[in-house]
Amino acid sequence: MTRKPTLAVWKFSSCDGCQLSLLDCEDELLAVAGAVEIAYFLEASSAVARGPYDLSLVEGSITTPHDAERIHQVRRVSKTLVSIGACATTGGIQALRSAHRLGDLVSAVYARPEYISTLRTSTAIADHVPVDFELQGCPIAKAQLLEVVGALLAGRRANVPTYSVCVECKRAGVPCVLVSRGLPCLGPATQAGCGALCPSYGRGCFGCFGPKEQASDVEAPSLASAFGR
Amino acid sequence: MAEVLAAADLGVLLGALRARGYRVVGPRVAAGVIQYAELDDAGDLPHGWTDEQAPGRYRLARRDDDAYFGYAVGPHSWKRELLPPRVRLWQASRDGLAVEEEETDYQPTAFVGVRPCELAAIAIQDRVFLDGRFADRDYAARRADVFLVAVECGSPSSLCFCSSLGTGPGATDGFDLALTELHAGEHRFLVRSGSSAGNAVLADLPTRPAARADLETAEQVVEAAARAQAGRFAAEDVHDLLLRNLESPHWDAVAERCLSCGNCTLVCPTCFCTHVEDTSSLDGETAARDRVWDTCFSLRYAEMHGGNTRPTTRARYRQWLTHKLATWEDQFGTSGCVGCGRCIAWCPAAIDIRAEVAAIRQEDAHAHA
Repeated sequence: MTRKPTLAVWKFSSCDGCQLSLLDCEDELLAVAGAVEIAYFLEASSAVARGPYDLSLVEGSITTPHDAERIHQVRRVSKTLVSIGACATTGGIQALRSAHRLGDLVSAVYARPEYISTLRTSTAIADHVPVDFELQGCPIAKAQLLEVVGALLAGRRANVPTYSVCVECKRAGVPCVLVSRGLPCLGPATQAGCGALCPSYGRGCFGCFGPKEQASDVEAPSLASAFGR
Repeated sequence: MAEVLAAADLGVLLGALRARGYRVVGPRVAAGVIQYAELDDAGDLPHGWTDEQAPGRYRLARRDDDAYFGYAVGPHSWKRELLPPRVRLWQASRDGLAVEEEETDYQPTAFVGVRPCELAAIAIQDRVFLDGRFADRDYAARRADVFLVAVECGSPSSLCFCSSLGTGPGATDGFDLALTELHAGEHRFLVRSGSSAGNAVLADLPTRPAARADLETAEQVVEAAARAQAGRFAAEDVHDLLLRNLESPHWDAVAERCLSCGNCTLVCPTCFCTHVEDTSSLDGETAARDRVWDTCFSLRYAEMHGGNTRPTTRARYRQWLTHKLATWEDQFGTSGCVGCGRCIAWCPAAIDIRAEVAAIRQEDAHAHA
């Protein structure tokens, strides 16, 4: 009998929402547990199996000197490393600090700033170690997480499209909220994967899945000109 | 032979279709637009509604009459029925390595409210999927039992240019029944049959023979719709014009506005690009292949071994427009455009293909002056 691949889930600076989407798989959780040995997942179990691990899912950004060291340890014990979520793939909302003086922020937020040991920046996992795959989303979509895990187990490329949310709206038959209602919608510049969740409920996309492919080529004024047309 | 059906008896037509086993799909107001969806009765039709369209903008508005089909076209097209966004092609299981073709229960469907430009679009997709050496079985099965109720266009939008392409606003063939909605005097429909299936349904309806006045009124409706959109697009020279301007700087100008989002292709009633998606279960026991809508505006669509043939928005926009308006003709014998205006209305960046072609024409004239 061949050994089941081992799975580890690691957390850096983040809200835990992405790793919770693994627990949120509910219906598919038994299939996941059948396909891999969950060897390190503190959110789910305090039982820890020793590494190395076949697949590591890494949530969160690198924000402290301790993080910056620990991610190298995680990389060393991981055969395949997938960073999951906006924090791990871009630095997350905490990367907003980059635009400010760190000292000002720390003293504005904490009563005892001297207790805080932090880096000036909040950066993506791929800025520190080689990453095998980045899964975008805030939080990630559980269907995409299962697809990535399944694809890695099968040795095939994951079906994680990099085109716009618009493609998902059109497939679902959701009328464009931007064109039919003039709502601000970031769908044309945002990567698909959510299943067009917000437009399906008549709201504009606010971009939680991050930039689509070549998003830097999207002219912001061209998109913004559509808002309120 | 043409007949006249009172507007109040439109429900009888829908009932007659349902009685013959058709699922009836047609226009109805939902989520602020006129969509194609299943109809229970004539009350579901968008009577009293119209659509106001401009580049990048679509709004419903009330009409001052109770027309059932008093709008142009909505965001949906019939390719949603004939070439659905996702189709399972086959699935396989490790158990004996069995590969099964997907069994689909194809239900006969009546399309109600098909515009003449949409008849033309269906004819174009028929050529793509049914003609030639590689007929598509799924498309063929869906298409076989479709009953087409066309409705001639009396309310073109500001974006319509079917009359420039000869695809409307009147319906000449390719339908089972063609209706023209008449308001002058009694609210009624002129009904013509275009097939034996159409004759059979028509015989079930409480109609009266059309009088000369009915025929003349119907002609006037179509003529007015054609007049309203005259001169909006010069189609005659567009094939050669585009192909001799492949390096025009105007492609760069479009690329600066284009978001490469793919909306134009997805709302286009003739665009047919798909990709196949292979999936496998977590336990590795089953695998499946689906065909899903894609767009030539996605980067990966042109990805192949060794590189990507269209790595920029400029390249992708040029590919789409030149295929639609020029090389489609070489490939399939007609233009790929039917003049419905959807790609203009539903473009978030308000790019108007008519204006882009006009800009290239102007530049071309300047270069050859």
